[in-house]
Amino acid sequence: MAIKVVRRPTLTLWEKTYLPQILRGLRITSGHFFRNLFLHTAHVFGRFKDVPASVTIQYPEQQRGLMSRFRSRHRLMSREDDTPRCVGCMLCETICPAKCITIVPDEHPNPTVEKYPVSFDINLGMCVYCGYCVEVCPEDAIRMDTGILDVASYSRDGMKLDIHQLLDPGLRKPIATCNLDFPHKCGVSGGEMKGSWNGSEGRS
Amino acid sequence: MEDLLIKLALAGIVYFGVLNLAGLHTWVERKQSALIQDRIGANRASIFGFTFLGLFHSIADALKMFTKEDIVPTGANRVLHTLAPMFSVFFALAAFAAIPFGPALEVGERTIELQVAKIDVALLYVFAMLSVGVYGVILAGFASSNNYAILGGLRATAQMISYEIALGISVVGLLMVYETMDLGELVRAQGQTIAGGWIPFWGIVAQPVAFIIFVTAALAETKRTPFDLPEGESEIIGYFVEYSGMKFGMFFLTDFLETIMVAALATTLFFGGWQVPYLQPEGFHFPWGAELPVANWLYVLLGVMSFTFKVLAFCWLFMQVRWTLPRFRYDQLMKLGWKGLFPIAVINVVVTAVLLLLFGEGS
Repeated sequence: MAIKVVRRPTLTLWEKTYLPQILRGLRITSGHFFRNLFLHTAHVFGRFKDVPASVTIQYPEQQRGLMSRFRSRHRLMSREDDTPRCVGCMLCETICPAKCITIVPDEHPNPTVEKYPVSFDINLGMCVYCGYCVEVCPEDAIRMDTGILDVASYSRDGMKLDIHQLLDPGLRKPIATCNLDFPHKCGVSGGEMKGSWNGSEGRS
Repeated sequence: MEDLLIKLALAGIVYFGVLNLAGLHTWVERKQSALIQDRIGANRASIFGFTFLGLFHSIADALKMFTKEDIVPTGANRVLHTLAPMFSVFFALAAFAAIPFGPALEVGERTIELQVAKIDVALLYVFAMLSVGVYGVILAGFASSNNYAILGGLRATAQMISYEIALGISVVGLLMVYETMDLGELVRAQGQTIAGGWIPFWGIVAQPVAFIIFVTAALAETKRTPFDLPEGESEIIGYFVEYSGMKFGMFFLTDFLETIMVAALATTLFFGGWQVPYLQPEGFHFPWGAELPVANWLYVLLGVMSFTFKVLAFCWLFMQVRWTLPRFRYDQLMKLGWKGLFPIAVINVVVTAVLLLLFGEGS
């Protein structure tokens, strides 16, 4: 059986005073201090701009890039006529482990399309960002690629996204006017059906 | 009457400088630690869009401290609870009175010593003030009626008293070399040069070991990392756990005041106080024979600048140490104090005495 001899380092008297290691530590911190002080000063005068003086990202002004597969806030995709691609199949609502999606479907006037969502709400306060809704959608109607991370609100209601914000991620609450042109239930109109189908096929 | 006015003016200058420096220390601490750790540091507080490198954070802090609710816990001794932070700040401030911050200024017939209080045993006075400061700490712990606070207070007291011994003894060697306790005289004595005028005879040259012991023990007195066991805000709850608002702010201020105090003391005792190398009262005497006469007002100005620079340098060093070294464990702390610094300080005194006896001027 092989014997492994472990040599424990013994400290000399000079090392036992800890002074050499204290000085070494001070050399490291001072090195960082003077390097960064020099770089910060140089940046003020516009020199060495390509060498960063700190690893900090100044968050609201500077944002870190996201990976392409990163799952951020949801959005609903729309067809060419600006109506949602969602066909109200309820697959996403069914698979959602956090039960944060609420869809109210209704019959679509186009006979080749079965249903469309009258309302489509996602409660971000409950969402776990698992991405199952995106995976399960047969129509590619929902995606999580807005790159919006700063989901914040003063109330729980503020965390709920309705169909307006999902179709247009740039919208900010509260939504003043509704510009969606198909019948949907809308907070702006007090929960009434709003909008109309363009073109000939009117909904009876 | 004139004397009184002069003294008042001196006190005003000293305390204006010291308190501002203490306020600035919060900013220095943030920015220096940020630079050490490759960060940027507090930079958001702004007035009309100007941030000035985050300098307004000190003001914002002070405003916050003053406007916060002041809570005295039920069962606490209200009088002592209020008195403790005042004790701390008062004694930390009072010690500055004995520090000479510049050479004698000659105005007409009058000679003004740039020192608020000229005390013959200034060194003893300063150490006494630093020692009495421990009352603030133990009172804070005791009056809070909180077990964690009183344990923190006891830790602080044990630490401060242990390191005071090493602190006191480390200076004895210095007293034997310069044969005075008057800090003004001590600084003047450090104006001599040795080795043919090349090396100024500062305390660090005469007593290098004492300097290391003094700085270590003095850092322990300031209760900052690596000696911050009395406080340890987040982990081992310190003596001011029951304090809020400006009372807490006063303990915070005491910390910085003590750091400046220790920096000023180290400067005065070991780095020649206001002495500028090769500068004598009449002018520069360079060791290669050149001379450069200097007027009295310039001499005083250079002296004050030299003192300020050294104090700031020491403040920087202490801050650097604070952000470099990790905290001691309590048994390690006591071991270092009693088994490390104390014997070395005593040996240093004995060796100094023997050397002085053999090679000193008196023999």
